[in-house]
Amino acid sequence: MIAPPKPDLVTVNIDGREIAVPKGTNVIEAARLVNVDVPHYCYHPKLTIVGNCRMCLIEMGMPAVDPATKAPIIDPVTGKPKINWIPRPQIGCGTNVSPGLHVKTTSPMVKDAREGVMEFLLINHPLDCPICDQAGECKLQEQSTGYGRGYSRFVEQKNVKPKRTQLGPRVTLDDERCILCSRCIRFSKEIAKDDVLGFVDRGSYSTLTCFPGKQLANNYSLNTVDICPVGALTSTDFRFKMRVWFLKQTNSIDTETSVGANTVVWSREGQIYRLTPRRNDDVNDTWMPDSGRELFKAVMAADRLVATTHLDALVAQAAELFKMNASAGAIAVVGSGRSSVEEQFLTKKLAAALKASTQLVSRVGQGDQLLISADRNPNVRGALVTGLISKLPKVGDATPLSRSTKGAVAAPIRTGGLTDLAASIDAGKVKVVVSIGEDLIAAGLTAAQLANVSVVYLGTHANATSAAAKIVFPTLSVFEKNGTFVNQQFRLQKFAKAVPGPQGATDDLIVLAKLTAAASSAPMASDLGSLWTLISAEVPAFAMTSYAQVPETGLLIDATPFAALPFVEGETLHFKPAAAAVALDS
Amino acid sequence: MAAPAQRRIIFQHIDEPGYSNDLACYVRNGGYEVLKKSVTRPPAELIDEVKKSGLRGRGGAGFPCGVKWGLVDRKSGKPIYLIVNADESEPGTFKDRYIMHQDPHQLIEGTMISCFANNVKQAYIYIRGEMPHGARILERAIAEARAAGFVGKNICGTTYSCDIFVHRGAGAYICGEETGLIESLEGKRANPRIKPPYFPAVLGLYQCPTIVNNVETLCHVKYIVEHGGDAFTKVGTPNNTGTRIFCVSGHVQRPGYYEFEAGKITMGQLLYEVCGGPLPGRTFKAVIPGGSSAKILRFGERFKGKRKVGAEMVDYDWGVEDVPMDFDSLGMIGTMGGSGGVIVMDDTVNMVEALANINAFYSHESCGQCTPCREGSLWMKKITTRMVHGQARNEDAALLKSVADQIPGRTICAFGEACSWPTQSFIAKFGDEFKQYPETKKAAKPVGAHELV
Ligand SMILES: Cc1cc2nc3c(=O)[nH]c(=O)nc-3n(C[C@H](O)[C@H](O)[C@H](O)COP(=O)(O)O)c2cc1C
Ligand code: SF4
Ligand code: SF4
Ligand code: FES
Repeated sequence: MIAPPKPDLVTVNIDGREIAVPKGTNVIEAARLVNVDVPHYCYHPKLTIVGNCRMCLIEMGMPAVDPATKAPIIDPVTGKPKINWIPRPQIGCGTNVSPGLHVKTTSPMVKDAREGVMEFLLINHPLDCPICDQAGECKLQEQSTGYGRGYSRFVEQKNVKPKRTQLGPRVTLDDERCILCSRCIRFSKEIAKDDVLGFVDRGSYSTLTCFPGKQLANNYSLNTVDICPVGALTSTDFRFKMRVWFLKQTNSIDTETSVGANTVVWSREGQIYRLTPRRNDDVNDTWMPDSGRELFKAVMAADRLVATTHLDALVAQAAELFKMNASAGAIAVVGSGRSSVEEQFLTKKLAAALKASTQLVSRVGQGDQLLISADRNPNVRGALVTGLISKLPKVGDATPLSRSTKGAVAAPIRTGGLTDLAASIDAGKVKVVVSIGEDLIAAGLTAAQLANVSVVYLGTHANATSAAAKIVFPTLSVFEKNGTFVNQQFRLQKFAKAVPGPQGATDDLIVLAKLTAAASSAPMASDLGSLWTLISAEVPAFAMTSYAQVPETGLLIDATPFAALPFVEGETLHFKPAAAAVALDS
Repeated sequence: MAAPAQRRIIFQHIDEPGYSNDLACYVRNGGYEVLKKSVTRPPAELIDEVKKSGLRGRGGAGFPCGVKWGLVDRKSGKPIYLIVNADESEPGTFKDRYIMHQDPHQLIEGTMISCFANNVKQAYIYIRGEMPHGARILERAIAEARAAGFVGKNICGTTYSCDIFVHRGAGAYICGEETGLIESLEGKRANPRIKPPYFPAVLGLYQCPTIVNNVETLCHVKYIVEHGGDAFTKVGTPNNTGTRIFCVSGHVQRPGYYEFEAGKITMGQLLYEVCGGPLPGRTFKAVIPGGSSAKILRFGERFKGKRKVGAEMVDYDWGVEDVPMDFDSLGMIGTMGGSGGVIVMDDTVNMVEALANINAFYSHESCGQCTPCREGSLWMKKITTRMVHGQARNEDAALLKSVADQIPGRTICAFGEACSWPTQSFIAKFGDEFKQYPETKKAAKPVGAHELV
C-alpha cells in the first residue's frame, strides 16, 4: 500500500485542548477528533457546505498580534497568548481551521445560540415522534434533548404542510417534519447527479418537492432517507414496519457488484427489515444503491431451497457419484464469483480432489460510475487470488436478468463464461457438473446439455439447474453466514451473519468441506478460524492475514500479480481501472 | 435654524420641466461627456478618485465604494462582473426607481465608467421584478446608448468594449441581498451564500470576482469622476461625503424625494421644514430613518454621548429632531441611515399594529434558508398578528423581544438583522404600548387611525 502524502497540519485549540489537524479540516471535524460534539444538521461530510441550519454555531477567536511587530500579545494575567474572540457565534461547518484558531463549544454564547436554534426548529415541527419512523435515530430528538431548553413558549398555530408525498417509487416525504437542511437536494444534485428536488415557497412555508414532472426515482434515492436528519424522508418500504431501537445491526457487504459497498443489516428475531450503507471513505463513502437494499427480500422468498434429506445422506450420494466418475476431467466444477473467499478456497480444494476443471460464471452489466460497477459478481478477484481460476471468465451473451432488481438497473446483465464447459459436455468428456450456486441454464448451457450430465447443485433458491440436478444441497445467503469478499480494488472485506438460515439449509462451507473430505478421504476444516490458517499458509496474497485481523473497513491486498488482466470495470466512486482494462461501461 | 437648500447632484435634472429620459435630452444636458473623457484615462486613476471621494454605498450598509473595488480579485484571470443592484425592495425606499424612470442614462453612464475603471466586460442591471416599466425604460436607454457607441463594442471609439444586460428580478426582497441576487441572476432561487467563502469580490457571479453596487452609488461615481474625489469630499460631511436622497413617506404634509448634503440637515429640519411637518392636528410619534429594517426612533427620546467633530470629541445631547442625517450620526444613536427611506408615524399609529405590518413583510420575505431568520420572523409575525386580531397577552412583549434576540448575528445574511431590529427597537422604545395593548384593544380607536388588514 502506498502511504498517502502527509497533509500539512494546523494546530488549533478546542475547549482548551490543542490538536493538530490537516489543513482544510472544518471545525466540526476537528472537534470530532478531540471527542467534542458540535451538533449540526445541514453539514454532511460528503456534501457541499451551505451553512443553513445554524446549529453548529460556536465561539471562535484568533490570537491577538501586535500590529507593529506582528508578535503575539501575551495576556499578563494568564501568561498565555491573548485571544481576540469574535463577538458573534460562527458556524463550525463553514469555518476551516487556521493556525492558532481557538474554539469554545460550551460558553454561554454557544449555549444560547443552540437553545435558540433548537427552539426555532421545533416550533413548527409536528412533534409526531410516537408515529415517526425516525424516532430513535433522529437528530432532532437527540439534539433537542442535548441542547434544547426542554419547554415550549410557542402558543401559535403551527404551519401545515403536505404529510405524505410520494417523491418517487421508494421515498415518501412528510413536509411538516422537514427542517429544510437541503441535504437531500444537495445529494441528488451532487452525488446522484439527478437534480430533481428543490424548495418551493419562502420562509417558514418553504416546502420540499420534486420539480414539476420529475420524480426522485434514481437508483440512489434511498440515500436521501439515510441522510435526512429527521423523519421527513422515509423509505416507503420500511415505513411503519419496525421501531429502529428493536433492530440488531450487523455489518455486511452489498453483493450486487464488485464495488462491495459496505452495509449494515438491520434485523430482529431472525428477520431482516432493512439494509443501509455503512461509511467507508475508500469504498462507498456513506452511500449505497437502492437496488442493493432489496437483496434481503430474497432471504424470505418462497422459492428458498430446503433439504428434506439429511446432509450426510446427501454427501454420501455425492461421494458415490464422484467415485463413479473418478477419471480426470469427468467432473467439472462451476465456481462462483458470488461465493466468499473461503468458499472459493474450498471449491478449489474440492475441484483438486475431484481432478475437475474449474470455471466461473461471469456477470457483466453496465456500470453507473458511482457504486454499480460493470462486474456484477462481488468476488471475481477472490476467485483469482485463491487460485480457483487463473484467468477471467469470458463475458457471456446478453441474457435477461435472472433475479430481477426491480428495474432499478435497466441494462441487461450478460451472464456466461461456460462455453468451454459446454463444448466438453457436447464432446462427452464431462459427465458430472458441480455447480456452486450458479444457474447453468442462465449461464448459457442448454437444457439438452444439462440432461447429458449429472448435476450436483449447491444453492439458495430454486431454478432450472436445481430442478434438473441429481443432488441439491440447500445453502445460505450472504445474510446468514460469515465470510469475506475481495472487491474491485483488491480490498478484502468482511461480512457477518445477521440472521440464521432456514431449517434444512447448511452453510456452504460445511457442505464444501464435507464434499472435499469425501472426495479426498481426508478431513477438511469448515470453520473460518481453521480455514484462514490454511488460506494464509497457501495463498500468498493473504500470507500475513487472519480473518480476525481484517478491519471493518477492509484490507487492501497485493494486486500486482493480476495487474495485466482485462477486468471489465470502468471508473466508479473510489475506483479507477488500470489503463489496460477494457471498460465496458463507458 | 433654517434648513439648508437641497443639493441636487443625482437629481440635477430630474423634475426639470421638459427633461425627458431619452438619449437626446441627456446628451443635450452634457450627458456621456464624463464617459468619453474617462475612457481616455488610466483605469487606476478612476479607482483612485472613487477611493479619495470616500463614497459610501447607498444600498443600505454604507460600505465605502473605493474599498469594495479594492477588494476585487484582479489576479484570478477570471472575468470581473459588475452588477447594478436595482432590486430596491426595502419598505420606505423608492429612490432607485425614480432615477431609472427619470434619468436612466445617468445610471448607464455611471455604470460604464465604473466598468471601465474595473476592467469589467459585462455588466448586469438587476431590476426588481415588480418594476416592468423601469425595465422597459432601461432596455430602451441601453439600446440608444449602444447605438451611440456608449455601450457595447468599442466604447467611444476606443478598444474597450462592455455590454449591459437588464435582468428582471424574481419578485422577492431577498433578491436585493447581493449574494442572493447573484444566485438569482444565475437562474437559481435567491438563497444568499455563506461568506466566507463566497465574497462577491472573489467568488461572485459564476464564481468570478464581482462588484455589486446600488443604483445611486453608481450615479455618484459619475459625479466623482467628473469633478474629482476631492471635490466630492467637500460635499456633505467628513466620512459622510456627497449627497443623500431621502425618501420621506408616511404622516408628513409633503412626502417625497429630497436630496441633501449628507449630515448637513437634521431630522427635524427635514420633517418639519422640508416636508411641512405633521398632518393637521397630529404630532409626530416615531420615525424609521433608513428603510423599515432600521431601528425606530421615538420623538421625545434623547441621545447623549461624545462624538468627534474635526479632531475634537464634543458632547452631544440630541432629540430625534436634532440628529444630523448621515450614516455616522444615525449609527451613533443606535439606528442607521440605511437606504434613506424615512418612514414617519404620527400619534394615530399604534405601534403594535405598525410592527405587525412590518413583521408580516419580513416573514413573507425571508428566503427560509437559515433557521433563526426563517422561524423567528414568522413566529414574531404570528405573535403580533395574534395580538392585533386575536388575544393579546401581557407577556407577549417580553416573548417578542426574546424571539428577536435569538436571530441577529446568527444568520447567513443581514436579513436576520433586518427582520429582528424592528421588533427589538419597537419593544425597547414602545414597550408600554405593547404591555397595554390588551387594554388598548378594548378601547375605541382614535379618529383617523388606520385599519390594519
Ligand atoms: C436583505 C437585504 C436586502 C437588500 N436589498 C437591497 C436592495 O434592494 N438594493 C440595494 O441596492 N441593496 C440591497 N441590499 C444591500 C446589498 O446586499 C449590497 O450591500 C448593496 O447592493 C451594495 O451596494 P452599495 O455598496 O453600492 O450600497 C440588501 C441587503 C440585504 C441584507
Ligand atoms: S427532507 Fe430531510 S434532508 Fe431534505 S431538506 Fe428536509 S430535513 Fe433536510
Ligand atoms: S438570514 Fe434569512 S434571508 Fe438571509 S439567508 Fe438566512 S433565511 Fe435567508
Ligand atoms: S451544520 Fe448547519 S450551519 Fe453548520
